[in-house]
Amino acid sequence: MMRLPLPTLIGLFITGLFLFTAIFAPWIAPYGVSEVVGDVWEPASAEYWLGTDNIGRDLLSRMIWGGQTTIFVAIAATVVSFVTGSVLGLFAAVVGGWLDQLMSRFVDLIMAIPTLIFALVVLSVMPVTIPVLILVMGLLDSTRVFRLSRAVASDIAVMEYVESARLRGEGRAWVIFREILPNALSPLVAEAGMRFIFMVLFVSTLSFLGLGVQPPAADWGGIVKENKDGIVYGIPAALLPAVAIAALAISVNLVADWVLDRTSSLKGGRNA
Amino acid sequence: MPDHVLKIDNLKIEATAYPPGEAPRRVTIVDGVSLTLEKGKVLGLIGESGAGKSTIGLSAMAYGRGGIELTGGEIHLNGREIRKAKGAVLRSLRGAEVTYVAQSAAAAFNPAKKLMEQVIEATVSHGRASRQEAKERAVDLFRKLGLPEPETFGDRYPHQVSGGQLQRAMTAMALCPQPDLVIFDEPTTALDVTTQLGVLAAIKGAIRDLGVAALYITHDLAVVAQIADDIMVLRHGKTVEYGSTRQIITEPQQDYTRALVSVTAKEHAEKTSDQPPVLQVTGLSAEYRGMGRDVLSDINIAIQPGTTLAVVGESGSGKSTLARVITGLLPQKAGQVLFDGRALSRDLKGRSREDLQELQMIYQMADTAMNPRQTVGTIIGRPLQFYFGMKGAALRDRIVQLLDEIELGAGFMDRYPAELSGGQKQRVCIARALAAKPKLIICDEVTSALDPLVAEGILQLLYDLQQREQVSYMFITHDIATVKAIADSIAVMHLGKVVRYGQKSKVLSPPFDDYTEMLLRSVPEMRLGWMEEVAQV
Amino acid sequence: MNALVLKLLVQRIALGLLLIFLVSIMIFLGTQILPGDVAQSILGQTATPESLANLREELGLNVPPLERYLNWLGGVVRGDLGTSLTNGRDIGASIADRLGNTLFLAMWAAIISVPLAITLGLVSVLYRGRWPDKLISAVTLSAISVPEFMMSYILMYYVAVQLGWAPSVAMLNDRMSLLDKLHAISLPVAVLVMVVLAHMMRMTRAALLNVMQSAYIETAELKGLRRASVIWRHAFPNSIAPIVNVVMLNMAYLVVGVVVVEVVFVYPGMGQYLVDHVAKRDVPVVQACGLIFAAVYIFLNMFADIVSILANPRLRHPK
Repeated sequence: MMRLPLPTLIGLFITGLFLFTAIFAPWIAPYGVSEVVGDVWEPASAEYWLGTDNIGRDLLSRMIWGGQTTIFVAIAATVVSFVTGSVLGLFAAVVGGWLDQLMSRFVDLIMAIPTLIFALVVLSVMPVTIPVLILVMGLLDSTRVFRLSRAVASDIAVMEYVESARLRGEGRAWVIFREILPNALSPLVAEAGMRFIFMVLFVSTLSFLGLGVQPPAADWGGIVKENKDGIVYGIPAALLPAVAIAALAISVNLVADWVLDRTSSLKGGRNA
Repeated sequence: MPDHVLKIDNLKIEATAYPPGEAPRRVTIVDGVSLTLEKGKVLGLIGESGAGKSTIGLSAMAYGRGGIELTGGEIHLNGREIRKAKGAVLRSLRGAEVTYVAQSAAAAFNPAKKLMEQVIEATVSHGRASRQEAKERAVDLFRKLGLPEPETFGDRYPHQVSGGQLQRAMTAMALCPQPDLVIFDEPTTALDVTTQLGVLAAIKGAIRDLGVAALYITHDLAVVAQIADDIMVLRHGKTVEYGSTRQIITEPQQDYTRALVSVTAKEHAEKTSDQPPVLQVTGLSAEYRGMGRDVLSDINIAIQPGTTLAVVGESGSGKSTLARVITGLLPQKAGQVLFDGRALSRDLKGRSREDLQELQMIYQMADTAMNPRQTVGTIIGRPLQFYFGMKGAALRDRIVQLLDEIELGAGFMDRYPAELSGGQKQRVCIARALAAKPKLIICDEVTSALDPLVAEGILQLLYDLQQREQVSYMFITHDIATVKAIADSIAVMHLGKVVRYGQKSKVLSPPFDDYTEMLLRSVPEMRLGWMEEVAQV
Repeated sequence: MNALVLKLLVQRIALGLLLIFLVSIMIFLGTQILPGDVAQSILGQTATPESLANLREELGLNVPPLERYLNWLGGVVRGDLGTSLTNGRDIGASIADRLGNTLFLAMWAAIISVPLAITLGLVSVLYRGRWPDKLISAVTLSAISVPEFMMSYILMYYVAVQLGWAPSVAMLNDRMSLLDKLHAISLPVAVLVMVVLAHMMRMTRAALLNVMQSAYIETAELKGLRRASVIWRHAFPNSIAPIVNVVMLNMAYLVVGVVVVEVVFVYPGMGQYLVDHVAKRDVPVVQACGLIFAAVYIFLNMFADIVSILANPRLRHPK
């Protein structure tokens, strides 16, 4: 059993806490998601730990429900991005030839347009629903996963142990799943953490622009949008999601760093 | 001024290691090493990788690479203690009184600057000569070191000259400030053997003419025997033996030194066979896509069952390409490969399972030839499953048997490649090839990355296995000593052609063609005065 | 300049133009990917048949997609970006002023962040592993973990509202002096600088470290050169290409950041214009803005590649 370094433990603990809160939101949140319980922008009190929002809903409850939506959408989009990107990336690396060229150039083309801009273009004609959001975000982001997994797999595909398997007469399935995938997995897992954080930021930004999760459902970007007018009156309600997002992002980063670290030391082995 | 340029007493060098999943710990890299180097003398530091020879060399500049610390002992350079010296003092010494020649000159030159600027930089910045004087000195050195067009050589950029020339230019850079001591860190290791001879002779001539003292670091005892006055043999950071070159070469006192001295002397008797050849290559030529010229042309060779054909040549001779064509990785342009009497398909896809099974390959870098995520048992067991459908106890028994054959034993079955030493890794690769019960194994520089004694063990193992299993080898190498040790017949390759081919005794005896003569003449021999005989510097 | 470099430059510029052409196709397709009818999705389920027919006519949906694309592209090439669906105004005219404002904002953000990022990257390489490096690392990690709009409100809350040092809304008009304009955009610029700076500094640090670990740097150190001249004479010439690359890569964050920041600070630029019209499903405006943003981004990348071609000694001085 390996001893985990302290930053990794902290990262794991906070990430776990966020996930736990998101999953058990209905039991943890003191009030309903759109339940108006008090006055507009009440300050923090024993009853409303974080105060109330622009129409008098409990902010703590909004944050918890919002966290559930944000984290759920981000996870789903990460899964879409990863499944699409890594399967196609591995495939392109192993097959090579014109198919690889075609896929790689297409990905270059998509990546020539800033992601947010392309998302806005597409969302201008699509109905803004959660499945559409997940798909648009996931597919656009899968280009990055494609590049990474293709690069990682290409590096592995030219290794002599892969050549040795080909010389033995092994089929494509053995080469992909037994020779390449086990060696490509760790960098991909670490990248998954980074992609997840990007998705959290992405969906929050879209919601803030009014093109993400639609009210009355709560999400962290939306909470900023709803409460932003309070800022000029000195009411900091809109800043709460920033704290939540930063805490989540930093803790996931810490865990991902550890995964990467562990991978590179395994690769080098004893003689590195 | 004291007589000795460099005097090291009881040197201790440590570093902090960060083993994965464990607390960092201190490791001792060099322990209790003492040496003295007099003016104008050359001391050879020799040892296998990890012996600490480069670390000791750099300690003469009080420099520790990446986290290495000089923790104990005294280092006197020109009578001044430098181990505990301050940065400013060290800066005034480095590049002035003591200079350094790195193994890879290609990486050690700044790609963005002209050679001349880099060669004279230290001389000028330490005020050891004016810019104009330094340039004149550099041109002189270029001439002395046999560089082409010495007047304008310095106007070129590093990528515009060859590897051997860069190594000479780096020597010029080290000699330009007229230092008292130069550290040569494996300056010829990365070069081809015919290039090495010239560079070595140029270095020796230059340091002798200028009367500068030198530390010459190498893993090749035959090389250091040509250039050093004294030799220190190192192992695991400790001194094994320290004496004059004559004493070390002719009367080694320690077992380890004796083994090093005799390592290249082993030679097996030549075998012949009148059976039909297992591999016959006729009229073979090949090219890489888009290169437009043949990398192999009109190759004709054959290998008899149970014998070894050594394919010898320098980098770029096409010897590894030949292996790729025979294994089907690179389809040939013309010609035929007959294996056990049947014609092999040009590419891998067209080959039968029997073809693949009977023709195996072992690589130079055992590190990258084994999947780091598979255990030794899986690596050796896979060909058994794949070709023979072995399972369960039978599979296990056969793996254990193979592990015994390569002298490792059943305990290695569950280990990962990262847990093996370099020699052990290569043994596992041999077992994997052997598991397929091949008729021919192509060995591509299989001992080149190994230390001499380990390499010797691998060669012996391959030889014993051949006696037992009657397998044939095609042994690709750049090292003539290896060829002498293991070959029954030899093909000498140069620029994509076989320039000389036949039985070992015939190939290695005169009359020679020009290239083979130069190649054979360039191989350092483990005796004093060899270089003077061949190079006449 | 030699023939090889010239050839590479021409190739790179041609590639950039080709990319812009292909991107125009992608953007056009992006607004056509909906299986049903764009008009239907713009007007919603309650639309009357007449209004649907009118909109189809206006959008040119009655002609085949290829012809529609060619018409649009032809217009763009002639400088005609079409008319807005929502207010019937010429898009080109509406964009002209706003593009100027956006470039004004982005330019100041770049002018401040680029030298700062390179300096900080250098400092953190020089003090690698010591406290200045760790401090810069920690601050930048936090900065990239907060989205732009949240950073904006944090600044707005503390600097504009609590301290009152800067306006919380960045309004511009023609009568303002340059100084007034700079004061007006101080907060949005600060946000953009922070976001871009964090990414750029981290990547600069990595690029410089990569160079500093080269063998020729060790050679320079073993020549007994001073640290400053090791960096200035040996590390710097080899760092130009990677650093320019880093700078240009991060201009992407600027392009995206500008959109969000303009919305937060109600700044009359392209970003706000785009977001407004996405919400109004004004397809021609979205297409025009998307194409302009993408083109700027492609030009920046092209510029970075051109610099690295010119800075490569192997290409400048062939064998």
